Amino acid sequence: MPLQAIEARFELAHPGFCLNVDLRLPGHGVTALFGPSGCGKTTLLRCIAGLNRAPGGRLVVNGDTWQDGARFLPVHQRPLGYVFQEAGLFAHLSVRRNLQYGQSRIALAERRVAFDRAIALLGIAHLLERQPAGLSGGERQRVAIARALLTSPRLLLMDEPLAALDVARKNEFMPYLERLHAELDIPVLYVTHAPDEVARLADHIVVMQEGRALASGPLLETLARLDLPIRLGEDAGVVLDARVAERDSAWHLARVEFAGGSLWVRDGGQPVGALVRVRILARDVSIALAPAIGTSIQNSLCATVGELADDSHPALSLVKLAVGASPLLARITRRSAAGLRLAPGQPVWAQIKAVALIG
Amino acid sequence: MHASDLAAIALTVKLAAVTTALLLLIGTPLAWWLARSRSRLKSVVGALVTLPLVLPPAVIGFYLLVLLGPDGPGGRLTQALGLGLLPFTFAGLVVASVIYSMPFVVQPLQQAFAAIGAQPLEAAATLRASPRDAFFSVALPLARPGFVTAAVLGFAHTVGEFGVVLMIGGNIPGKTQVLSMAIYNHVEAMEYASAHWLAGGMLCFSFAVLLALYSRGWSR
Repeated sequence: MPLQAIEARFELAHPGFCLNVDLRLPGHGVTALFGPSGCGKTTLLRCIAGLNRAPGGRLVVNGDTWQDGARFLPVHQRPLGYVFQEAGLFAHLSVRRNLQYGQSRIALAERRVAFDRAIALLGIAHLLERQPAGLSGGERQRVAIARALLTSPRLLLMDEPLAALDVARKNEFMPYLERLHAELDIPVLYVTHAPDEVARLADHIVVMQEGRALASGPLLETLARLDLPIRLGEDAGVVLDARVAERDSAWHLARVEFAGGSLWVRDGGQPVGALVRVRILARDVSIALAPAIGTSIQNSLCATVGELADDSHPALSLVKLAVGASPLLARITRRSAAGLRLAPGQPVWAQIKAVALIG
Repeated sequence: MHASDLAAIALTVKLAAVTTALLLLIGTPLAWWLARSRSRLKSVVGALVTLPLVLPPAVIGFYLLVLLGPDGPGGRLTQALGLGLLPFTFAGLVVASVIYSMPFVVQPLQQAFAAIGAQPLEAAATLRASPRDAFFSVALPLARPGFVTAAVLGFAHTVGEFGVVLMIGGNIPGKTQVLSMAIYNHVEAMEYASAHWLAGGMLCFSFAVLLALYSRGWSR
């Protein structure tokens, strides 16, 4: 077994709920544990942390066995960081003392994240002397993340850290998480039910339902699978890695290139050459046999039909398209699919109504 | 004021202070266990601790007297240990007061520990604090308001007891005669002025204690 991996096998049965997973996750980058409320993703995270005991479980993190057979490393002996849904700051300690709480319990030789670096990364230098009760929800979560980082964790577990924030706070908060990802080499397991967070942050995704892992794989590949989007419903779609190639200041648009083509998107302010992600929802993609004339749609790509699959509603079908090396998903009615006589291998035009530029 | 009254006041304060200190020592682990355990024994222990709240003090005093007397198992034990017999001594008063005031200390502590919830302790564990470390560095400081309430109620309730200490202490001036008995003696002897001094003082003390508790937010 390669060292850079997280191996997690847990079986837990409670009345009305059971968790049964056997996962191999990458030992670096951000892995999203994604699924609806009650699907067991938080329970899985708590089992990994050791906060829930799953007898007979097995957990190996980058070569270190944390749980196996009779061996169960107690929570406080696991080199992990945990960010709770509600920040869980200690009300009796100032922000600075909260931050020092974990750090002071680590041997000097093991401190790999410096105090100043953590507070700079999360932008909390101005909060140090405040009490937790006086902080906003977003500030509390930033302090909680910095506090977890200061224990120099070898695995960072985050349980819907943005769940308690409103949309505006959430958007303010995202860049901090992205910086974390870019600057620190700590594997992150990130629990969420929000597809936009997955699209923006994750490299790897585990899709969970009713205590089981439906799929586990690299994000871009996994989202383009036909069997999963049906379960993702309205949020079905693909995420593509792209690079800003050109900016048109007159129309406030930017052209981004991905493997297989390019797209015009609203200019997000990123400089030419910047790496970005774009998200294209299946419901925003329609299919035409010839290039459309006189349309408001800006992005029309030459594509090849891959597979077709039935969607959740009997009127709808999902079509997987290939644009060069990149996948696209289109959600169209079954009548349209029949009318166009769509078949695998057929060349078509994919008309894309909306593209979201993320990060 | 009589010299015996001063002795009674001093004895009462000493008894209440020793009792409160002992109760905080015994009550803290007990309340922690009651607040966090899922054991079936919990309801039994909880009921036992609360019993003095509803029993007539004379009942507690009577059974303690029997238990700690020369033929009781407690009495045999203290004699075997070379401690002699506890009834009619200060130590006997302390034992009785600890039992009698137990619910007034354990319940506020239990509520304070329960109010903390599991999350701060889980957070502490993920920050490398062992359970013992988390108890001292997180649970105790967060439960501080509960400790203040427990100490004040334990002290005030011990100062005010009568029936139990009468049974077990026997009203010996300078030795086991506490404030409430001194008042009783004065009233029996028709010395109303002296009774007023002590009773009025008790009234003011009790009111001041409760006022202090309520003004800092009873259950904060």
